[in-house]
Amino acid sequence: MTTTAPPATRPEPHRAAKTVSRPGDRIFAGLARGSGILLLVVMAAIAVFLTVRAAHAISKDHGNFLTTFEWTPSLNPPVFGIAVLAYGTVVSSIIAMAIAVPIAIGIALFITHYAPRRLGGPIAYVIDLLAAVPSIVYGLWGALFLVPHLRGVNLWLDHYFGWTYIFHKEDPNSAARSLFTVGILLAIMILPIITNVSREVINQVPKMHEEAALALGATRWEVIRLSVLPFARSGIISASMLGLGRALGETMAVATVLSASPTLSGHLLDPVGGTFSQNIVAKFGEADDFGRDALIASGLVLFLITLLVNGAARIIIQRRKEYSGANA
Amino acid sequence: MAKRIDISGLSAYYSAFKAIDDISMTIEPGSVTAFIGPSGCGKSTFLRTLNRMHEVTPGGRVEGKVLLDDENLYGSGVDPVTVRRTVGMVFQRPNPFPTMSIFDNVAAGLKLNGVRKKNELNDIVERSLKGANLWNEVKDRLNKPGSGLSGGQQQRLCIARAIAVEPQVLLMDEPCSALDPISTLAIEDLIGELKSRYTIVIVTHNMQQAARVSDRTAFFNLAAVGQPGKLIEIDDTERIFSNPSVQATEDYISGRFG
Amino acid sequence: MSDTVIDATAAAGKPATPRLASRHLPRWSPLAIAAGAIAIAVAIGAGAGLTSHIQWGLIALALFVAGSYAITARVEGRRQAKDRVATSLVWSSFILAVVPLYSLVETTISKGVGVLDGTFLTHSMNNVLTIQPGGGVYHAIIGTLEQVGIATVIAAPLGMLTAIYLVEYGKGRLAKWVTFFVDVMTGIPSIVAGLFILSVWFVALGKAPASGFAGSLALALLMMPVVVRSTEEMLKLVPNELREASLALGVPKWRTTVKVVLPTAVGGITTGIMLAIARIAGESAPIALLVFGSAAINTNPFKDPQSSLPYYIFEQYNNGNQPSYDRAWGAALVLIAFVMILNLVARVISRWKAPKAGR
Repeated sequence: MTTTAPPATRPEPHRAAKTVSRPGDRIFAGLARGSGILLLVVMAAIAVFLTVRAAHAISKDHGNFLTTFEWTPSLNPPVFGIAVLAYGTVVSSIIAMAIAVPIAIGIALFITHYAPRRLGGPIAYVIDLLAAVPSIVYGLWGALFLVPHLRGVNLWLDHYFGWTYIFHKEDPNSAARSLFTVGILLAIMILPIITNVSREVINQVPKMHEEAALALGATRWEVIRLSVLPFARSGIISASMLGLGRALGETMAVATVLSASPTLSGHLLDPVGGTFSQNIVAKFGEADDFGRDALIASGLVLFLITLLVNGAARIIIQRRKEYSGANA
Repeated sequence: MAKRIDISGLSAYYSAFKAIDDISMTIEPGSVTAFIGPSGCGKSTFLRTLNRMHEVTPGGRVEGKVLLDDENLYGSGVDPVTVRRTVGMVFQRPNPFPTMSIFDNVAAGLKLNGVRKKNELNDIVERSLKGANLWNEVKDRLNKPGSGLSGGQQQRLCIARAIAVEPQVLLMDEPCSALDPISTLAIEDLIGELKSRYTIVIVTHNMQQAARVSDRTAFFNLAAVGQPGKLIEIDDTERIFSNPSVQATEDYISGRFG
Repeated sequence: MSDTVIDATAAAGKPATPRLASRHLPRWSPLAIAAGAIAIAVAIGAGAGLTSHIQWGLIALALFVAGSYAITARVEGRRQAKDRVATSLVWSSFILAVVPLYSLVETTISKGVGVLDGTFLTHSMNNVLTIQPGGGVYHAIIGTLEQVGIATVIAAPLGMLTAIYLVEYGKGRLAKWVTFFVDVMTGIPSIVAGLFILSVWFVALGKAPASGFAGSLALALLMMPVVVRSTEEMLKLVPNELREASLALGVPKWRTTVKVVLPTAVGGITTGIMLAIARIAGESAPIALLVFGSAAINTNPFKDPQSSLPYYIFEQYNNGNQPSYDRAWGAALVLIAFVMILNLVARVISRWKAPKAGR
């Protein structure tokens, strides 16, 4: 990393004379630059510190960190692994995406193309506000309202779709504190963010492309299919990945809803399993110093996953900017 | 299958603002009619009322009648989607679908209408591109994106896309204003060829262009900014440019205006 | 003139074009189909003894979409039917989303209002048995205000300076990296921010932290990228002419930035910071790891555990009894009100201070 620039006072007779820089300018520029560098340092520090503590923990793990189901770092010898957590995190996020993305695109289209013009603005505004509702409130609502209400849906799914294996429920009377419920709650939580970003992207579709389709005698849906969705596709993808990043890292809403246990079950309705962040919050209180290092190790894995997802989203957005710039 | 357009008592609004006031005229089938006039006189708005594109604009509203061979575009039970399939349009800036190939651009309207057979599509795309004088330039790269073409080529691609669905009327909203002189010439030649099969209406800021391509010319004007635009006169192009019957037309054409 | 009308009908190879007017469903038909779908869904739901109204709603939605397609396809044709289906799907998705979001707000308000009173807002949980009603959120409010306050004091200047660097000075590779990592940082899960501060404490002091300040650091970490992003957007809106006008008067660049650029963008920057505060005020995961929570009032953020509103909700929920649930709803209402007020004020500021040309 380039930390400091060479002093500006160094004489350079062969180049064009440099403008005299005032001390005020130098200090201010240095401060501004310093904050930028600090930000990079912090990012690097996060990676380094987490890795150091995680390596400490993993080196003493007597299970396989990747494939062990249990999380018992306090045993002697300690045994812990992320298999159940990784599975739960990925599965609940996939469920959330499968529900949230189509609905979010629907709402974005509703606001931009279907709602009466007077309604579109206020609806977008309200959805904006909903993105600010703290996740613990979603968690509280999910645990005390959604879980009892999904009981019937669970029974129904088990009854009619139990044969699909994934909707089979081992104990039909158990509460709906399953990965499936977590997925639904996460879907509700990430709806506003995906909707907002998609709406902005859809709003940027040039009018002239829509008019081109209209003038060919396209219906409203055909206009959307011909000119809106192709243009907005990469933006919608990156919006979805931002939502995915949130879903992967969500802590409190999962911790309140899921009935966790170190079991890996293909039946989505069974109240078992866990996620990275849920496990961290749940095990943190009782953990000793070594147990906390173990939790840090699992946090590092989560960090890397979200880093990948967000980085990919940003790169897609970046590409799209270049692409649309060439075509505008 | 060019059709005659009879417009009577047509006014168009943007919300409360009246953009054009009480226009009546007849557009002959198989001819080129040019609309000229100063900026803001409503000639583009008027053009967009002829395929019901005006109402796409927020607050856009139309009063009056537009008869396409005796059928009112604004009659009850008329679907604007059907109207736009019958009355094609080419816009000021070339607007090929950016994510589609040249072939798919031309075929877009056909696919909407349920043409699915590969052979039929191939034939019509070739015929349309030939009709737009573009075939020879693109026949080897039909699968490349349409946005890779030059401005003039893109505009001819848009014309090919418009005529692929065989409309009866072709509306052109300043189709050459974003193009260089050579591309403009190509489009003007094309208009001359197309008029045998389509009724063509063209809005242009360029009076030489109106004189070159059109058979009839309509002059629009507005009393003042904020006032609705009006049709001043419509006549054979030759007469408009040599001996117009209204003084305002002569002022505008000879440059004594605006 | 007559030569212009060249055989206009010669090209007529195809059969006569379709008439413009076509058969149409009346304008009220979507409503009628919706009403029919709901009626049938209720009949099915009641008949089959389905207890959950969510199921009734789902059946109604499915019937609505299928019904629109079938009826439109019969009357208007397939293309129109597809269009109708798209329309009904879009409307359905809107309704599907509104129901839970409305329910969330409605539940919080209706359950929270019963608990909320002067006592609740001015008392802590000290010496209150969790299985009994009573107690309050005073200590949690203090904790939230202090932690969020410290986080803001750290993150706002750093974020603004970074944004100034990116907009006014940043060229080349360093700026690109900073931009990229600001974006990446936006996506860091709050629990990871908590773990990071935790590991810093471990490495530096050899023990786990238990103070509001440690929580503030984690919150600052979450807040900083949001501030950078919003400030950056606002600075970019300041027209270059303004900078040039000031520079042309011989004002040094840093004074131009401080005296001309920042004041012009101050409304938007304030808005961005307030939205960022609203976001971190609701974070509970780092607090759980770093501040631990406390039932008593602790006004010193640098020593001993504190509580905070979101963490309080989590704690009360975990107590698992009705009086605690009630307190959780009450605190949730306070927290939502706090966040919403911040949001609304921020938006009012942004509208009020917005550059006039920008609207």
